[in-house]
Amino acid sequence: MSTVTTPDTRSPEARPALPDGSAWSRWANAHRKWLFAAPAMAFVAVLIVFPVAWTGYLSLTDAEGSVRAESEFIGVRNYLDVLTDTDRFWPAVWRTVAFTGVVLLFEVVLGMAIALLLWRPFRGERWVRVAILLPLVATPVAVGMMWRLIFDPNIGMANQLLGWVGIGPQPWLSGQHSALPTTMFIDIWQWTPMVVLILLAGLTSLSDEPQEAALIDGASTWQRFRHVTLPLLMPTVVVAILLRGIDALKTFDILYATKGRGGGSFHEVETLNVYAYGLSFDYNDYGVSSTVLIIFFLIIIGVMWALTYRKKGLQR
Amino acid sequence: MRPSRSFRIFRTVALAVVVIGLLAPLLWMILASLKTNVDIYDSGKAFVFSPTLDNYANVLQRANYVQFIGNSLWVAFAATVLSLILGVPAAYSMSRFTMRRSALVVLMARVIPGVSLLVPWYYVFSNLRMVGGFTVLILSHMFVSLPLIVYIMMGYFDGLPTELEEAALVDGLTHIGAFRRITMPLSVPGIATAGILSFIFSWNNFMFALVLSGADTKTLPVAIFDFVGYASIDWGGLMAAATVVTLPIMVIALFVQKYVVSGLTAGATKG
Repeated sequence: MSTVTTPDTRSPEARPALPDGSAWSRWANAHRKWLFAAPAMAFVAVLIVFPVAWTGYLSLTDAEGSVRAESEFIGVRNYLDVLTDTDRFWPAVWRTVAFTGVVLLFEVVLGMAIALLLWRPFRGERWVRVAILLPLVATPVAVGMMWRLIFDPNIGMANQLLGWVGIGPQPWLSGQHSALPTTMFIDIWQWTPMVVLILLAGLTSLSDEPQEAALIDGASTWQRFRHVTLPLLMPTVVVAILLRGIDALKTFDILYATKGRGGGSFHEVETLNVYAYGLSFDYNDYGVSSTVLIIFFLIIIGVMWALTYRKKGLQR
Repeated sequence: MRPSRSFRIFRTVALAVVVIGLLAPLLWMILASLKTNVDIYDSGKAFVFSPTLDNYANVLQRANYVQFIGNSLWVAFAATVLSLILGVPAAYSMSRFTMRRSALVVLMARVIPGVSLLVPWYYVFSNLRMVGGFTVLILSHMFVSLPLIVYIMMGYFDGLPTELEEAALVDGLTHIGAFRRITMPLSVPGIATAGILSFIFSWNNFMFALVLSGADTKTLPVAIFDFVGYASIDWGGLMAAATVVTLPIMVIALFVQKYVVSGLTAGATKG
């Protein structure tokens, strides 16, 4: 495994072309498996595995204040403190779960509906695809700012539209109870297109024969969707849920852009990620923030494991 | 299977609603960026107003955005190129030698919350007095782009037949020679897809630059916040700044739509 500790960081192109028979060339070809993988693996080890391990260590210390300050090992005290904290930690867990659950539900249902509408070719399809792509590549922070103007209680377009249909103005992002649902709406606006694209790729790869067979057997449109399309598409649906779910759990940009530090003055949109960020970089409470991060990390792994487990079950 | 007439009417109406719902907010942002702050506060001038480029002049000159655009371009470009150099050969190895466990380690990076890396990075790099420099910023963005590139390229190499490489070996090329002269040229579409996606994700990244960039190395998503004051918001400037950040990336995405879509949906249909 010596190749892992002394990685060749040059690209294959940068390596000098050597005549076939040279010792270096023979060695390089024999060890190409690790030679190719080692630079990336070294990067991952140094910049990802090591920091995660360090976060684990920090979570057992009372590190806070300056990054140069001394810290002491205090065992699992941070974990006990965090897990009994019903003031900030558990509400943040609840918000993270609620946010992820709601946006996933809407994104998958809406995404499926739109993907089914786009499945068969039609005139003007190109334009719909353009419209679907744009929110997806837009910078999330800019998207947050854009919706901040639209949802502004006094000058925003949202309340003006409501006024036209006779509904009174809503506080949207500035309401203590409406802020979280409003950020969910923004996430759904931006990321439903992602689910559409994934499901559309899945639909396009399905063969037509089962559909035609069901049609000949006299199945209705709904029956064909429920008993033919959906089961065949299920693996792709799980991939979409998995990819979107991981990102939704970690949502940060739009929450920070719309509500600022700490998820607003009442922490109304403070999810675990926002909470951990605030602990680290607003309060410099590195020990506690590492504890929150480790728990957060375990939650994400747990959700992923549950979903991949379910995926295997579905494919059987 | 030609859809019925009533379905086609329903589809047209439903998709029109979807398209308007997706595009209207973006259009609204651009419209607001062309208004004075007085006009933004006037609901009677929602659509009819005399457009002005003052907000853009303000953003580009007074707010120093020319420099921030340069920063964003440099960081996204460098992170993408370095990630391609590390990621493409690694993905090749992982695909051809089915190194699933190594691949899993790289892909775990997609799962780890960015904050949990930021704390140790901040510890190390502030002790090395590197926080605020481009090196740290580029390295941190590689955390996003490298796993993405490995993920996309692994799928691409998995789908690339090995026969041509084998033929090249028979013709006397070494394994590395075959990779360089046969596989790499065949992989240009995959590399383009991975590179474009990596560039977009790096350009849009906010959290790493929020912590690790300095006043001179700020990237655009962080610079947007210059227009959000504690007491009031310069809405016209803010919308112009948001447009400057996001419009270029949307225009680029439209030109390379095919690649963006295939990158975003990579691996989705393998199950």
